[in-house]
Amino acid sequence: MTDHISRRTFLRRAAASGSLLTVPGLLAACGGGGGSGGGTSTVTNKLAKTLHFSNWPYYMDTNKKNHTNPSLVEFQRRYGVNVDYVEDINDNAGFYNSKLRPALSRGQSTGRDIVVLTDNDRYLGLMLKQGWAEKLDKSAIPNIKNLIDVQKHPSFDPNRDYTLPWQSGMTGIAYNKTLTDPVLSIDDLFGNPKLKGKITCLNDIGDAMTLVMLSNGDDPAHVTDKTWNAAFNRIKQASDSGQIRSFTGNDYGPPLARGDLSAAMSWSGDIPQLASPHIVWNVPKDGGAIWTDNMLIPKGGDVYTASVYMNYVYDPKVQGLMEAGDPSRNIVGIYYIPPVKGAGVWAKKFNPPVGSNPLIFPSTETLNKMHLFDNAALNNEKYLTQWNNLISG
Amino acid sequence: MLWLAIFFVVPLGYLAYQSLESGNVDFGYAFTWAWGNYWTAIRDYRTQFIRSIEFAGIATVIAFVVSYPVAYWIAFRGGRWKNLLLLCIIAPFFVTYLIRTLAWETILSDHGFVVRTLGNLHLLGVLGQNGHILSTGTAVVAGITYNFLPFMALPLYVSLEQIDPRLIEAAEDLYANKIRAFLRVTFPLSLPGVVAGTLLTFIPAAGDFINAQLLGGTQNHMIGNVIQSKFLELSDYPSAAAMSFILMGAILAFVAIYALIVGTEQLTGTAV
Repeated sequence: MTDHISRRTFLRRAAASGSLLTVPGLLAACGGGGGSGGGTSTVTNKLAKTLHFSNWPYYMDTNKKNHTNPSLVEFQRRYGVNVDYVEDINDNAGFYNSKLRPALSRGQSTGRDIVVLTDNDRYLGLMLKQGWAEKLDKSAIPNIKNLIDVQKHPSFDPNRDYTLPWQSGMTGIAYNKTLTDPVLSIDDLFGNPKLKGKITCLNDIGDAMTLVMLSNGDDPAHVTDKTWNAAFNRIKQASDSGQIRSFTGNDYGPPLARGDLSAAMSWSGDIPQLASPHIVWNVPKDGGAIWTDNMLIPKGGDVYTASVYMNYVYDPKVQGLMEAGDPSRNIVGIYYIPPVKGAGVWAKKFNPPVGSNPLIFPSTETLNKMHLFDNAALNNEKYLTQWNNLISG
Repeated sequence: MLWLAIFFVVPLGYLAYQSLESGNVDFGYAFTWAWGNYWTAIRDYRTQFIRSIEFAGIATVIAFVVSYPVAYWIAFRGGRWKNLLLLCIIAPFFVTYLIRTLAWETILSDHGFVVRTLGNLHLLGVLGQNGHILSTGTAVVAGITYNFLPFMALPLYVSLEQIDPRLIEAAEDLYANKIRAFLRVTFPLSLPGVVAGTLLTFIPAAGDFINAQLLGGTQNHMIGNVIQSKFLELSDYPSAAAMSFILMGAILAFVAIYALIVGTEQLTGTAV
């Protein structure tokens, strides 16, 4: 058993070291104890010298000319805290298994003060369940008042004691308007005989299930065996009958643009990238899903400094620039959905086309139709196995 | 021997060990002689196992039917173009596997030439499903056949190339017409190539998952896809390891039966 674990840990480390062979990666690795070290936290009101921040790629405003991150430079100027910003998260499972779990399960610090995990995957919930996240210092985050309403009470962290959203994306239906009448509901997507064999369903359990449960009139935030079975059987039936052509990740994009697909369950962020005038994205009639990448402080991280940073990005003006960028200063934005009220107003000033793009700054009406998926269901082995058997049928 | 031990026996032993573990990803796995992993795998994924053998089998037969005349022609009629023609067979291999497979998405596209032609020939209903070929078993088999064709064609070519043409001439002079000479002399002499080619095509094809992933639909996944998702998405290592072993066993059984039928000397006689 011990032999087994050490071997697997070794393999993971070996794999992980591949991604460490970059300068920022090495810096992050060396800066191991740089946060505050140790397993226990001490909440002080003193800013650390450096904030160690792990994030996903292309997830920060960037100056195209000198390749800096303007909002991080500004943070450093304002607070005197240097940000060690590393883009070393490519998927939740990989990051959790290689960077978080090995250290945290032994009571060691991960060397990181902020990490970003997605709420529609099991690992964010797992971090909280294991007690591997520090409580936020809310006294240092007065800007938490700007958090949009739909994000205030997620099932995995009902009072937002441990996590704050970084960015979100929406799941809905995209259709090719030259090939079909508008497809505005799951009923239509799964039931319209004209669409038989011309649609795809997402292979992500949270996204697909949320949309179908809403269509069934069930609450995706509180999954029971009954609502699960109803939604599962509906998808299975659509799959068995040939209505659903295949289960996809974001590889539904090219066939949708090419016209092989008439409609698809789709992520809002993919559509601006396809840049096809024929493709329309909309929130289904019964509601859509919203997924959110959440910041959290892993055990041993510097709570105060991380909280001060979170407060900084929840300033609508800062968030507006991060989101939309500023063409006049060569700054490219994040272009996902910001969780901060008032960011849109500033985004319009910095970059009007982005600031008024409804896929990046959805209206309150759209956001109110968005739902979160039950995190407990994402950790239910029975559901996970059932789902995986369906999509690899 | 050392090479075999390090790169074959050790990983295989570790996989066998892993396939008998139980537990879950949150709390880790422990070795418990969990033979149940094997039974569960067979019970739950019988369809995908059978489908893998079926797709690989069909693809192997098609690859054989396509390759044999080509290899024959190059070996006996190629003349000074032999090397160039062989290069043409290998040329697609200079492009990565993934891209070669993705190209079939375009070839078999719903509005493409192939689907239109099949539609005109009224074959779309037989080969396709709801008017599309992509995301069906046909597309998966087409992709596998294409991707493994050189593994079939090259051994065939090598064994055909080695045949002494005087033997065929003698047969034709003495007793046979062209067809009988082919059946009695050429084909038997090319058997080592046939055996090597079919095995080299069938074995990797049975474990393939890329073709089913990219070209298949909801009902066309192969056992490779299940193993991949167990390993990488569910982190259910024991089941995935058990399935790998079952697949290996099934393939070994097939090879054994095949060897019994065509004779073991054809297997060992393949000096490719």
